[in-house]
Parts: sequence; C-alpha cells; structure tokens
Amino acid sequence: MPNLTLVLFLSTLLFSSSFAFQSDELLLDDEEFGLEGGSHPRSPEPVITDSPPKQTPSIRRRYSDPDLDSKIQFTLEHAFGDSDFSSAGTFSARLKTWSHGGQTLTKLRFSRNEFSDEEKDAFQNLLKGDDFYRIRLPSNVVTPPGREYVIASVRARCLPRDGLDEHIVIHMDGANILAVSYGSPGACPYPRQLKLPGKWTFNSHTILKSSEQAPRTPIFTEEILGSSENMEGEAEAPVERSFWAKYWMYLIPLGLIVMNAVTQASNMADEQPAGSQGQAPAAIQRGSAPRRR
Amino acid sequence: MAMAIRVCLLLLVFLSSAIVSFSLYEDQVGLMDWHQRYIGKVKHAVFHTQKTGRKRVIVSTEENVVASLDLRHGEIFWRHVLGTKDAIDGVDIALGKYVITLSSQGSMLRAWNLPDGQMVWETSLHSAQSSKSLLSVPINLKADKDYPILVFGGGYLHAVSAIDGEVLWKKDFTAEGFEVQRVLQPPESSVIYVLGFLHSSEAVVYQIDSKTGEVVAQKSMVFPGGFSGEISSVSSDKVVVLDSTRSILVTIGFLDGDISFHKTPISDLVEDSGNAEILSPLLSDMLAVKVSKRTMFVRVGGEGKLEVVDSLSDETAMSDSLPVADDQVAFASVHHEGSKIHLMVKLVDDLDTVLLRESIQMDQHRGRVHKVFINNYIKTDRSNGFRALIVMEDHSLLLLQQGAIVWSREEGLASVTDVTTAELPVEKDGVSVAKVEHTLVDWLKGHVLKLKGSLLLASPEDVAAIQEMRMQSSGRSKLTRDHNGFRKLFIALTRAGKLFALHTGDGRIVWSMLLNSPSKSEACERPSGISLYQWQVPHHHAMDENPSVLVVGRCGSDSSAPGVLSLVDVYTGKEISSSDIGHSVVQVMPLPFTDSTEQRLHLIADTEGHVHLYPKTSEALSIFQREFQNVYWYTVEGDDGIIRGHAMKSSCAGETADEYCFTTRELWTVVFPSESEKIISTLTRKPNEVVHTQAKVSTDQDVLYKYVSRNLLFVATVSPKGAGEIGSVTPEESALVVYLIDTITGRILHRLSHQGCQGPVHAVFSENWVVYHYFNLRAHKYEVTVVEIYDQSRAENKNVWKLVLGKHNLTAPISSYSRPEMFTKSQSYFFAQSVKTIAVTSTAKGITSKQLLIGTIGDQILALDKRFVDPRRTLNPSQAEKEEGIIPLTDSLPIIPQSYITHSLKVEGLRGIVTAPAKLESTTHVFAYGVDLFYTRLAPSKTYDSLTDDFSYALLLITIVALVAAIYITWVISEKRELSEKWR
Repeated sequence: MPNLTLVLFLSTLLFSSSFAFQSDELLLDDEEFGLEGGSHPRSPEPVITDSPPKQTPSIRRRYSDPDLDSKIQFTLEHAFGDSDFSSAGTFSARLKTWSHGGQTLTKLRFSRNEFSDEEKDAFQNLLKGDDFYRIRLPSNVVTPPGREYVIASVRARCLPRDGLDEHIVIHMDGANILAVSYGSPGACPYPRQLKLPGKWTFNSHTILKSSEQAPRTPIFTEEILGSSENMEGEAEAPVERSFWAKYWMYLIPLGLIVMNAVTQASNMADEQPAGSQGQAPAAIQRGSAPRRR
Repeated sequence: MAMAIRVCLLLLVFLSSAIVSFSLYEDQVGLMDWHQRYIGKVKHAVFHTQKTGRKRVIVSTEENVVASLDLRHGEIFWRHVLGTKDAIDGVDIALGKYVITLSSQGSMLRAWNLPDGQMVWETSLHSAQSSKSLLSVPINLKADKDYPILVFGGGYLHAVSAIDGEVLWKKDFTAEGFEVQRVLQPPESSVIYVLGFLHSSEAVVYQIDSKTGEVVAQKSMVFPGGFSGEISSVSSDKVVVLDSTRSILVTIGFLDGDISFHKTPISDLVEDSGNAEILSPLLSDMLAVKVSKRTMFVRVGGEGKLEVVDSLSDETAMSDSLPVADDQVAFASVHHEGSKIHLMVKLVDDLDTVLLRESIQMDQHRGRVHKVFINNYIKTDRSNGFRALIVMEDHSLLLLQQGAIVWSREEGLASVTDVTTAELPVEKDGVSVAKVEHTLVDWLKGHVLKLKGSLLLASPEDVAAIQEMRMQSSGRSKLTRDHNGFRKLFIALTRAGKLFALHTGDGRIVWSMLLNSPSKSEACERPSGISLYQWQVPHHHAMDENPSVLVVGRCGSDSSAPGVLSLVDVYTGKEISSSDIGHSVVQVMPLPFTDSTEQRLHLIADTEGHVHLYPKTSEALSIFQREFQNVYWYTVEGDDGIIRGHAMKSSCAGETADEYCFTTRELWTVVFPSESEKIISTLTRKPNEVVHTQAKVSTDQDVLYKYVSRNLLFVATVSPKGAGEIGSVTPEESALVVYLIDTITGRILHRLSHQGCQGPVHAVFSENWVVYHYFNLRAHKYEVTVVEIYDQSRAENKNVWKLVLGKHNLTAPISSYSRPEMFTKSQSYFFAQSVKTIAVTSTAKGITSKQLLIGTIGDQILALDKRFVDPRRTLNPSQAEKEEGIIPLTDSLPIIPQSYITHSLKVEGLRGIVTAPAKLESTTHVFAYGVDLFYTRLAPSKTYDSLTDDFSYALLLITIVALVAAIYITWVISEKRELSEKWR
C-alpha cells in the first residue's frame, strides 16, 4: 500500500517502570536517553511501540539536529478522592522543535514518587470506599500548567495487582497535552473487589500518542490509468461470461419446455382422433386405460 | 477521452450490479408520505386587492420566505425561501405588478412577478457597512418615465428603477456615518426629504432631487440628549422620536428644510412614567406610545404639541393606518378580553368613530395577538368593509372578516426545534372492525377494482377510484394504535413554545398546546421551549396511565434564566402539571431508570454545577441512590475547547435543604489547545437505539465484534482559522481532527486528523460507526468518512467449542475502567453534494440494514445504503466478499436520483431529520422538518416481513376458489367417466 508511507503515526512511546527513588538520577542524565529503555534494569517488558517502523527514519533525521532539542520536565500530580492535588512524580522528556515550527515530545521518562505513609492511608481509604484516584498533568509542557490541567481519574480498586499497576496514555499535540488516559493495564470488571496491593510500588507504563493522519481518499482515475488494462479485462470478462452463467437456469427449462412441447405436439398429432374433449379428460382416459385391459 | 468512458462504464457496471435502489412508482406518491408547506411567522404583509381577479396578500416572514397567499382560502400561490443569511428587511409592491423585497441588510433588492412569483430582476447593491436598512417605494414619484425605488442600506442611499432594477443614482453616506430613518416625499414634488440621524444625536435632513440624486439642500441640528432608534412619522413634515433615556418624546419638524425640535416629557402626558416605546410606526397625525403596559394614543398638534387622546390598559396590537374613502385614515387595534379578541377599526381623526367592532372567539392556545394588518373592501351595500390579517403569539396567521375566522395557518410549524414520537391509544373493545371495514360487498368491490388495476384492465375512473381507496385504506388516519406501528404521533416543539401532535397517517394536527408559565409572573410571561423528552412510556406496568412528554422550557433567552418543566399528556394534549423549577437548565439527561409508574428519571444540570433529580418523588430518589455511584455525565464547553467529565459526589444538603439536588465532582478533562483546535461538532449515539447483534460474521468465517458503547462521544475540531466559510483558508492552514471519547473515563479511543480539511462537519453516530461529512480543501470536494470501531477483547471467542463449553467472555460485564482493546477501520469517499443534516434509519429490533438519510443542500433527502460507506470496501473484492455484499471501492459515493425519498418534493429550509422505528421490523418512520414538514415510511431492505398494501387478496381468493372448483368438477367428471367405462 503506497498510502502507508503517507501515514505518519507520530506517536512515540517510551516506557519506564521504576521505583520512586531512582528519580533524581534519571532526571539529571540526558545523554543516555536514547538507550534508556534497554539500559533500565527494572523494566521487565520490552519497549511498547505503537509507531510503525516507517516513522523511525524521520525521527532519526531530526535527531541529528541537536540544537533544536530542549530538555523539559513536568510533574504528575495526584489526589485521593476530593483531596487537593500533590506531586506524585516527574516526567522528563526532550522537546524537539522541527524546522517548520512544529514541536514533538520524545524520549519521555517517568519517575514515580513512592507513597508516603499518609498517602498509603489515604489510598487504603479510597480502596475501601471504591473512590476515585485522580491524577493531573499540565495542558502545556512548555509553559505549565498551560491553559488548564488535564485531569484523569480511575476507581482506586482498579489499580492494585501485585503492586500498583498503572497505565498512562498521554495524547499530545505539539507541546500541548490534550488528554490523559489513566487506568490499569488490564481489565477491571464491574463488581470491583476490594484487594490491597502486595507491594506499595508502582509499575508505570507510559505511552505518548499523537494524532493519526487520515488516509487520503483514493482517487481512482490515476490508479486506473496505471493498471487500466487488467482492470478492464477483469471487469468486462465476467460480464460477457455472465450472460450464460446468469441465465442457464432459465434457458435450460425453457429448452426442456420447448422440447416437451414439440414431442407433445407430435404425440397430439397421433392421438388426434381420440382426444376431442380436451386435455383433462384425455389424461384421465390415459390413467384409466390399464384398468380396462 | 476513451479513459473517461471506460471509467464511466466501470462505474456503471459496478453500480448496476450492486444497487438495490429505493424508489417508488408514480401512483404510490402520497400513500405513505405527506408534505406540508409553511412560510413562518409573518413580519410584513402587503395586500393586493385593488384589481378584480385574485385577491392576494404578499407576506415576508422570519424564516426568510416571501410568499403570495390567497386571501380567500389562505393557500400559497407562490413562495420563495431565501437563504438563511438573507433575512428580509422589507417588502412592497411596485408598479402594481412587481413584489419588491429588500434583504441581506439592504444589499439585495429583488423584484418578483406578482401573479406567478417569477423573479423579474435582482440587483445587488453596494454595501460598505452594516446598518439598518430601509425600503421605500414612493407611489407617485416619477423620474424620466421611470419609477425609482429608494433603498437605504450599508451606508448608501440608492434609487433603483422599478422597471429593470437598474441603479439610477446612489448617494454615499458612509463617510459621515449617517443613518437614514425616513424617506418622505411631499406630494406633487420631485424633491424627496431624507431624514436621518448622525451618531444618534444630530438630526439631518437632506433634500434630494429624485431625478438625479443631487442634494438640493441640507440642514442639521444637534439634539443634546441623543435619540433612541424608534421613530414615528406622523405627517409629511413631522416625525416623533424618543430620546435616549426613553422618557422624552421629541417632535422634529422639518418644514421647508428648517429643523425644529419640540420636547415633551412622557411624565407630562401620563402619571406613571416609565420607559416608553413607540408602537406601530406608521400612523398619520397620531402616535401610539406604550408606557408600562398601557397603550396611549397621542395626537400631534400643529406646532408639535402632543396630547393624549385615548389610552388602553390592556396590551393591544395595532395596525398601520389605512386610507379609506373621503380622505380619511383608519387603523385597526386588537385587544384581548377573556377568551375573546376584540377587533376595532377606528378613524385616526376621530377616535370615537368606530367603523368596525367585532368580537371573535379565539383559541386559548394561540396566545396573544402580535401583529395586525388591515385591508378594506367595498361591501355589497357599498359601505366599507374591513378584513384583518393577524399574527398570533404561536406564529399562526389568521384572516378575520365579518366577525369570523375565514382561514388560519399554523405557521408555528415552520420553526420546529425538537421532535419526539409517541404512541396512539390502544383500540377500545367497543369499536368493532366491521364498522371500519364497511360491508363485505364494498370490500369485494374494492378488491375487484384492485384486480382490474393489476391486470391493466382498469379505466381512468377506476384508477382514480383505486387511488382514493388506497388513501383511505386500512384507516391510516385513525386515532388508534395499529398492529404494524404505522400510526404514531410526532410531537413537535416550536420556537414559539407551542407543542403540536401530528398524525403520521395524514399529517393533521391532533392537538396543540401553548406552553404556559405556571406562576404567570411578570418576568416569565411565556417560557420558550428548549427540548422535549419522553417522560412516561407505559408498556409493562401502569398500562392505564397515558404516556406523557416532558417539555423543558426557560424564562428568557439567557442560559442562566430559571427553567420551567411541563408534563403533557400525549393522548389528550392536556398539561398534567407544570412547575417553575427555580434553577437554570444547562443540560437535561434522561437516565436509563424508570420508577414503578414507568416515569423516566431525569437529571437536570444547572449553571452552578449542581444536578437535580426529577421526578421529585421518594421512589425516584431511592432508585437513584442505588445507582448513585454509577452515574456519570459530561459537559462540553465549546467556546473554551474543554470537555469535562463529572461524577456524583453527594447531596447538596449543606447548601440547600433540597434532597433532590446533588453536587458533582470533576473526573476528567480534555483540553483542546486553543491555538490549533476549536470544537465545531459533538455527537453521541441515540440513547434508545437497538443493536441486534454485536458480532459481524464475514465470509471467511471470521467474526468481528462491534464495540458498542453507549458512552461514546464524537468530537470534531478544526483550526480556529478554518472555522469560517469554506475556502477562506488555504489547505495548509486548516486541519480537521475527529475524536472518539469515552465519556466515563475521558479516554480518547480514536483520534484522526484530516490535513487540509474544513468544516462544517455533519455527522451521524449509530451502533459502532460514525459517518461524517466535511470539506477537503486540497481536493476541492466534500468528503464523507466512515469510522467503525471493533472490540478486540472479544475477538478470541471464535472457537465454537469455547462457546459450547461456556469458556467465553461474551457475557462478562464491560467496564469502562478496563483498558479498551479496540481497533478502528476507516475510509473516506468523495461526496458530490453539500449537506445540511444527516440521520440514519432506526428499526424496532435493529435487524434491518441501515440507510443514511442525507439532507442535501437542495432541501431533499437522499437515502444511501450504509453498505456504500463500509470501510471494508476494496478495489477488487473477492468472490466471498461480493457474496457478503461488499461493493467494489469507488472514490465517490453514488447519488442515485431514484433514492431521493422526497421524490419530487422539497423540504424547504431543511433543518433536521428524525427517524423512529415502527413495530414492523422492516419499516422506519422518517420525519423531516424545516420551513416545510415531510413524513414518509421507509423500508431500507424492502418490506420483507409483510405483504404490500396493494397485494390483491381477491386474486388469491379467486384463484383458490377456482382451483377448488376445478378439482371438484374434474373429480365429478372422472367419476362419471369411470362409471360409464364400467358400464361399457
């Protein structure tokens, strides 16, 4: 599909699963960002890639343009039920400024703060009440908080597995965050059972998503020009074939009827003297004939 | 060239092999459909009765219609619906044969031929700025064999020839900012006086030569207080104006070019001074002023002295003055008294002389009289008679003559804002079928006729008889429920706040009701209707109850104005109850719960972020409390570009004692970047839509599961630059982004951007798909894109053994908090037409395939099979795919003339299409509204579950009888023959 090359999934996905205490170290380095997914000792899963392979070269190309990169940080804040928001972790990323003015966030890393004791209590209360755990991000990463915070929330009971599993999808448009989807990575069926987490550590999965380009409406005149001969051959051949193919079921009975009529006509000529009373009596006559003999 | 032919051929082949087109025969028109033509609320009316022949009245309306009505019967001779932005400013008759209309703020002047409504000429006038506009057709002004029409608009005064629309001269007033208020023409003079205000504080009079447009003289005078806009010209050299404080009447005399002011405070005329208002601006030597609900008649004396002649306490509507015989001038006034209205025609000079006094019984549900237009005629006894055209509060138009209503038109139906459906009552046992189906002889006769018709033996009279019989057949206009659900009521709410129940059979009004304010307070005299909801639809329990609808209204145009709820019985059209709810109405949410009497629970959100539960009963409260945790809602802030999700928090007991009021909290937000995206369209699925099956089996034994969620929101945004007219931006500047958002968690499930595309977006959302229509700037064409969403979490349930052994998750409850595993398929097609609205057919069980109903720019409705907008269409579908009904991919969607469900009719000013299922699965009701109303019944996959109306039962019966007879006869004959054989 040639169209596929036009499709640019601009989503970049970087994944990190981390304990909170690593945060400081990670924030400082930025030389190793490109390798961070693999180098990380604690990431049990490979990097989830939403983007098709085609996208990689374009990113690489931009990559070699280090002057346009800038390092940014923004915080994830959380709230327990209706409490106020407080800091819960930090995202750090590189903001690439493209030659045509667009901006893209790449190489996102996330470091989660560990729950303090009060927070653990608050979270346990949430679990008991099946209440909401809410997070928020600035709507613009360059000038946080931007116009307004982008909020997402989840029933607290959806998070605990072994640890606390969270799945964050950040929908980006340039330097703007449109929305954030927050929840558990798996299912969370409705009668939510109360379950306390085994470990009070977060397994964080983070995905950056930007919008897909719609495929172009196919314009066929050109394509037909290219492959017109076989196209037509395919289209017209069945039409010619289909006359017989279509009507054989009518033509054969018709033929049979005609043949039948012809034979009957010849029979009629034979039985001319006998059948003066019409068709139905003639049939009856024939039916009763054996009995007579 | 050859290529093009080949392409056409290919297309033809594809189409002819693929299409089951919907169409009907000529004699089927009007059997299932009806069409009603309206014009809207009348703004201006001009009578044309001088000559012998047809008496007519030319009207222009708020729906931008200019029409000629038959004065005897109220029928439309002709009408023209101008565009939505082409509001009519004035209408008049010139030369006795042309209707002149001025529209688009005085920049478009048109002449229509009076008898047949053909356009004679059209002149686009130069307009520099927006200003009030004025049309003046001087009666006896003649300039060089031409009859100029004077038009002011957009800062220019134009004189336009009435004969051919040529601009004779124009005068530029844009530099000064001069606003023309009146054009007066002294008799027997070629000089016209143009009076206007400069910055609404200086009165200026120009004397202009009507032949050349040259200014002969100019006088101006500053009035320190400033004027308000209202002006009343009382004679050829005097006008009366209100000053800016609305407490002083200023008489401006401009005799011979000298301007003089004469101030009269309102308090001198009447004790209780308040803000005054000048009524009916065309009364000669007389002025009607409304001060604090009293109407006063003020005579203007010779030196600009004012004196009160008469006053009416009640609200009164008045007509312009009308010259009657002997240089006298009369005017009409109408006021209410109880259930009657009183029409009086008086002479302006002598208010005690009442030429006509009539009392007419008036339907309470028409409200007050808004406008009166009078016309006189010579009675058989040579005295003067008057007829009055009145416009009521519900926008209806009535003609009064000789103390009776000669005809009436329900023009409220030209401005339908919301529609819902309702069932008719079940047939009572007392009514026997025989009464309806007449006698057996008639029945047989009818069928013999039908038989003749189907055997092509019928004479023209027979055909007419058959047609008539079809129309009456099966009592399609009966007021009871039928077995197939073909008879229903459409409940329509109009902008005037009136509720109409229309019968689907013939479109007649079963009942109508004007909304009332329960408190009758000053602030909320007449609430305006916002929306309609099904309140009570009894079917399981409470069968004795009548169904009812909820009308949500508002006291005033502001969104923070207090709301009004009204419950209306659908069978009788009586208001069951109505209440001032004491809070504003921002959003009304029907909940999926009903109480024991099948009243549906509704939540109403106000501007303070609280939601209120209705009905206010303890039972409803307990039902709601049970589901309290699971109630979510969302708000769309279109101007800010933010969508917010909310959940219930607690009762607002802390703030108010109202236990039916709840506070909410914010769960999620989606913030669109204001510099690049602006919300232009949001859409959800219809809450009552039925989906027959979640699985979609394709021919290669694969199963796709539709992602069917009630909580999906479709949002379309464009770049702020691209929010304007099509073509106002370059493709690079504009992008269209569409979203599918889960409204429980705020997850963006799908996001697709169309570069170089622009709104307006018209979309339809049904089952698991969205179809939307927009403009592609790069291709210079309209496009239609379909997005289908499929559930992947159920995709493993393909193994039959798994299903048999119950190892599947098909019955597991779906939670929005689970991570959605879904994928989308989408495809775009070009569509040749611009679209006004899109709807989709809906059937009782959702089995029948769907059709898109596209309201085109030509005010017609096109039915397009959903199969054409299937994202799985490929260029060369395999044999298996063809069998499944997949149409080969084409780049544009076909427009087949036979599939216009409106056939030859037009639904002028089309605004919306409503579909409702009939009981018969194959059939769906379609109701389209705009200035006109149109209804039809559609069967998207043909009526596979019933015989057609014109099925000849008689032929079947006769065949059976004949067969039985033949069998018997042959049996007898054979017996005889056998006997004789045996005897031989």
